[in-house]
Amino acid sequence: MITLYHYLTVSLLLFGIGLYGILTRRNAIGILMSIELVLNSVNLNLVAFSRFITPQVLSGQVFALFVIAVAAGEAVIGLAIVLSIYRCRNTLDPEDINLMKW
Amino acid sequence: MLSSAWLIPIVPLGTFVINIFFGKRLKGASAYISILAIGFGFFYSLGILFRVFGGERLDASLLWVPLAGEMRLGVGLLIDELAAVMLLVVTSVSLMVQIYSVGYMHGDIRYSRFYAYLSLFSAAMLGLVLANSYALLFVCWELVGLTSYLLIGFWFEKKEAANAGQKAFITTKLGDIGMFIGILVLLANVGSLGFKEVFHFAEAGEMSVGLITVASLLLFCGAVGKSAQFPLHVWLPDAMEGPTPVSALIHAATMVAAGVYLVARSFPLFALSPAALEVVATIGIITAFLAASIALVQNDIKRILAYSTISQLGFMMTALGVGGYTAGIFHLFTHAFFKALLFLGAGSMIHAAHINDIRQMGGLFKKMPITGWTFLLACLSIAGVPPLAGFWSKDEIFLEALRTGHTVILVVGLLTACMTAFYMFRLFFITFTGIYRGDHPIHESPWVMTLPLALLGFMAVFAGLPGSPLMGNGFHHFVHFEECGVEPSGMVMALSILAGLVGIFLAWLLYYRQAWDPRKLIKAAPGAYRFLLNKWYFDEVYQAGVVRPVLGLSRVLDWIDLRGVDGGVNGVAWVAVLISKIKRLFDIYIVDGLVNLSGAFFMALGKVGRKFQTGLVQNYALVLLFGVVILVLAKLFLGG
Repeated sequence: MITLYHYLTVSLLLFGIGLYGILTRRNAIGILMSIELVLNSVNLNLVAFSRFITPQVLSGQVFALFVIAVAAGEAVIGLAIVLSIYRCRNTLDPEDINLMKW
Repeated sequence: MLSSAWLIPIVPLGTFVINIFFGKRLKGASAYISILAIGFGFFYSLGILFRVFGGERLDASLLWVPLAGEMRLGVGLLIDELAAVMLLVVTSVSLMVQIYSVGYMHGDIRYSRFYAYLSLFSAAMLGLVLANSYALLFVCWELVGLTSYLLIGFWFEKKEAANAGQKAFITTKLGDIGMFIGILVLLANVGSLGFKEVFHFAEAGEMSVGLITVASLLLFCGAVGKSAQFPLHVWLPDAMEGPTPVSALIHAATMVAAGVYLVARSFPLFALSPAALEVVATIGIITAFLAASIALVQNDIKRILAYSTISQLGFMMTALGVGGYTAGIFHLFTHAFFKALLFLGAGSMIHAAHINDIRQMGGLFKKMPITGWTFLLACLSIAGVPPLAGFWSKDEIFLEALRTGHTVILVVGLLTACMTAFYMFRLFFITFTGIYRGDHPIHESPWVMTLPLALLGFMAVFAGLPGSPLMGNGFHHFVHFEECGVEPSGMVMALSILAGLVGIFLAWLLYYRQAWDPRKLIKAAPGAYRFLLNKWYFDEVYQAGVVRPVLGLSRVLDWIDLRGVDGGVNGVAWVAVLISKIKRLFDIYIVDGLVNLSGAFFMALGKVGRKFQTGLVQNYALVLLFGVVILVLAKLFLGG
């Protein structure tokens, strides 16, 4: 029987992988993808809690749908920024994107 | 006519202004303007002379400078017999010299400036003669000295000329200082400098004899300098570096006579002080003898004439000193003409031979007949051969000396007269007779030069007649101080003629017949010859006794100035620099230091702060993660 803890464990793993990717990737696209992982782990959490704790109310699932929508918007904007940075800087390493730094 | 006499000095002053400012553009015309101006002065002076002869006099003054209290300085004209005679002398000689200079200065690069200076000189000299107060007289006196300086140094490219100008200026200034003090003494006592006031004051017995003596002698100092009397005579021979017409006008006929004029003008003062008169007579006769003895052996034609001038000026002073007011003025009058003639004749010779040394001349008489004849007339005149001008005036002086019982002066005077005749004819025979020893082709000078010679020659012959017994001593009755009828004395006249003739005869024997070789004479008394040739070693004595100590003193003062005064100033500057250096250090290390320190503090702070602001989002995320981890752990372990 798959319990809430199984979902939470998968979600935790997914969050850890995403966090690790955010902290270690040298590629902005990689970071964006890792952020997607983190968001999806959150979605999984939301849906799991909704299903197991309050099955009669669908607020968790609805919240997850919102997150997906926001994540889609975030990916679009993020990728657009990354693309335009790449065009003028010819790099995607966030450490090299330091024009604002003194 | 008399009241407009101020025109006489003002017109040449105007031509001076014109020539000095527009002379370059006028070129040759500048000479004619000057000659026209002085010609006007000459005819005006003639008119004045006749008016004065007719009994007119003028003494008018304007208030010039009011001084404290009752003192007044006036500027004004005084025309009396003395002034009228002097006017005539100055304007006529000046006119002759200016005409002559057209030829002599022809082609000089500073031609118009020469005429400007001559005009200024004439203006100043005429102002001096016309002045009615010591104030104006002194102003003109100094102006005359200035033009003398300018004209002696006219060819200032020559070092000798520049030096001679300075020597003349400084030497005469020595006398002028005394004169100025004398004028101040008069001003302090009388409260006015007008001649009339001063003489009235003195004659009224309001000044003690001692004070009059002091004032007179101080005034005489000025005359000693200006008239080149012993011991300030050394400048005049050197002044011969100037152009010859200048020597004729300024250093023979007019300016050097200003000293004599001053004594004559102040005669009412001198007459009140027998001591002062004695000093004047003594200085005069010493000068006359000394200069004549030096003139015996000189070889530069102009220097011979210069010493002759000094000697004759000495005669004039002697005449005034023994009380012969008329005799002194009379000699001044005649001397002006024949000495100007001698100088202009010498100029003509120099113009032809291009050399001053008489040993390089000779045999000029045939080639330059007009110069030769006029020169001969002047020589005869100065040697005292009757009936030429010099004879009458010199005779007057001896008469006065005899009348007042100055036997020594009479004897020395006769001896000097003998020497005068000798050196003049030595000069004449060496230059005009024998064979020509120079190498420059000789020609007679142009008419602009010979015409003045002829006119002056006429005066050299006849100028003495008005004062001679032949014409009833007319000059005497015209120009006199108190009543003095001088009886002509046959003995004095004979002695005077004899002295002159002996001198001429000796010169003739030595230099024309060449009965003896002059060189043998020199060998017989080499010491005396050298003594005379070196002008009694006056220049050397002054060099050692005055110039060197003054130079030494100024060197010491220079050292003090450099080390002491400048040292002090430099020391102050050094201290100031030191202080500002310290201030600079304070500024840099304390003030700037504080500012920089605050800057550095915030920089360091910023450096630390920067560590937190890496701009790397991943770092932030890592920190975020740790923060969350710590918060979670805290929550777990600390409870809540």
